[in-house]
Amino acid sequence: MTHTWTRSTWTRRVALAGVIAGLWTSPLLAAEGGHGGKPHFPPFDATTFASQLLWLALSFGLLYYLMSKVALPRIGRILEERHDRIADDLEEAAKHRAESEAAQQAYEKALNEARAKANSIAADTRNRLTADADANRKALEAELSAKLSAAEARIASTKAEAMTHVRGIAVDAAHSIVSTLIGTAPAAPDVEKAVDGVLSKREAA
Amino acid sequence: MVVDPIHQFEIKRYVDLLNISSVQFSFTNAAVFMFGIVAIIFFFLTFATRGRTLVPGRAQSAAEVSYEFIAKMVRDSAGNEGMVFFPLVFSLFMFVLVANLVGLVPYTFTVTAHLIVTAALALLVIGTVIVYGFMKHGSHFLHLFVPSGVPAFLLPFLVVIEVVSFLSRPISLSLRLFANMLAGHIALKVFAFFVVGLASAGVVGWFGATLPFFMIVALTALELLVAVLQAYVFAVLTSIYLNDAIHPGH
Repeated sequence: MTHTWTRSTWTRRVALAGVIAGLWTSPLLAAEGGHGGKPHFPPFDATTFASQLLWLALSFGLLYYLMSKVALPRIGRILEERHDRIADDLEEAAKHRAESEAAQQAYEKALNEARAKANSIAADTRNRLTADADANRKALEAELSAKLSAAEARIASTKAEAMTHVRGIAVDAAHSIVSTLIGTAPAAPDVEKAVDGVLSKREAA
Repeated sequence: MVVDPIHQFEIKRYVDLLNISSVQFSFTNAAVFMFGIVAIIFFFLTFATRGRTLVPGRAQSAAEVSYEFIAKMVRDSAGNEGMVFFPLVFSLFMFVLVANLVGLVPYTFTVTAHLIVTAALALLVIGTVIVYGFMKHGSHFLHLFVPSGVPAFLLPFLVVIEVVSFLSRPISLSLRLFANMLAGHIALKVFAFFVVGLASAGVVGWFGATLPFFMIVALTALELLVAVLQAYVFAVLTSIYLNDAIHPGH
């Protein structure tokens, strides 16, 4: 690509230079140039070639020496140092990043552990409290039911006792009612017998 | 005044050093500029990197960018083995670039506007390719001219084409740079003479002179681009040609 492009450029340039050089070396202009009518075009003046080549060889040789021994190694070293420095810095940065990532992971791990521990403590506490509460409740319930059954027993005994009193009262009441109604006191065993009969009939009902 | 757009390419002999039969060696303005270019490159690069700072300043950035630019170019076209030629390509690029840019400053001399200079640089590149190619691969280097997977009856033609194309490389490499520099500088000079010529023709001429004046501004911008571009093209083609010395097989 470079090839074809530069080739067409230089052919055009050569043509232009050729035309101008040709014009210039023509006798008409050369006479005006004041070189005694002799066509004179410095780039084609072969008498200067030896000097040109000599000085070019010396100066370009010097340039090559200075470039290859002094300037290029110097710039190369600067670039290499920078390259190394950047590589080192990047490496260090990567190391720091790895460290910070490890630290973050450790932190997260610790955090998770702490959270898990807190959760377990909370669960333990909750379980213990629930167990305590249950135990208290059961004890209380047992106590209450004991008290209840005791109360029930007392009520039953009181009731039974009261029932025995009912018979005595009823016998007394029947005795006094009958004696008041008929004017004579009935025999005690008869009254008791009658009251027992009524009571047993009522209980059966 | 004499209109002479070629004058700027004149080689001035400052000191004649020695003559061997008809061959004359002299210290010339071209020599001054060549060593000046080397000095500019070397002092810029050492000055720019004097601090060797981790975070580069502007000058150091420029030096580093030029280094990495050429290093990438060589590595992309010639591979990691091609990096042995990195100082050569870098020197060529910087020399051509600075020579082109220095040449754009008025009253200076453009080293790369002389065919002998660009031809010498191109021959240096091709010479390096040939010498390194034979040193590294021996006769295997000649496989460069024999494309593989081609029918036998086509092979002679293709070998001829490959050889001609290889031999035309130094010619195109040197002519491209030379012609670009020469034509650009002549065009600049011609328009500059228009400005001077028109401006000396009185008030109307002053207005007339603005047109070529703006043309010079535009052309200078273009030549700045060409100067950098030609240095880049020279370096890229050098890397591509050097790749052949390292990997001669098609």
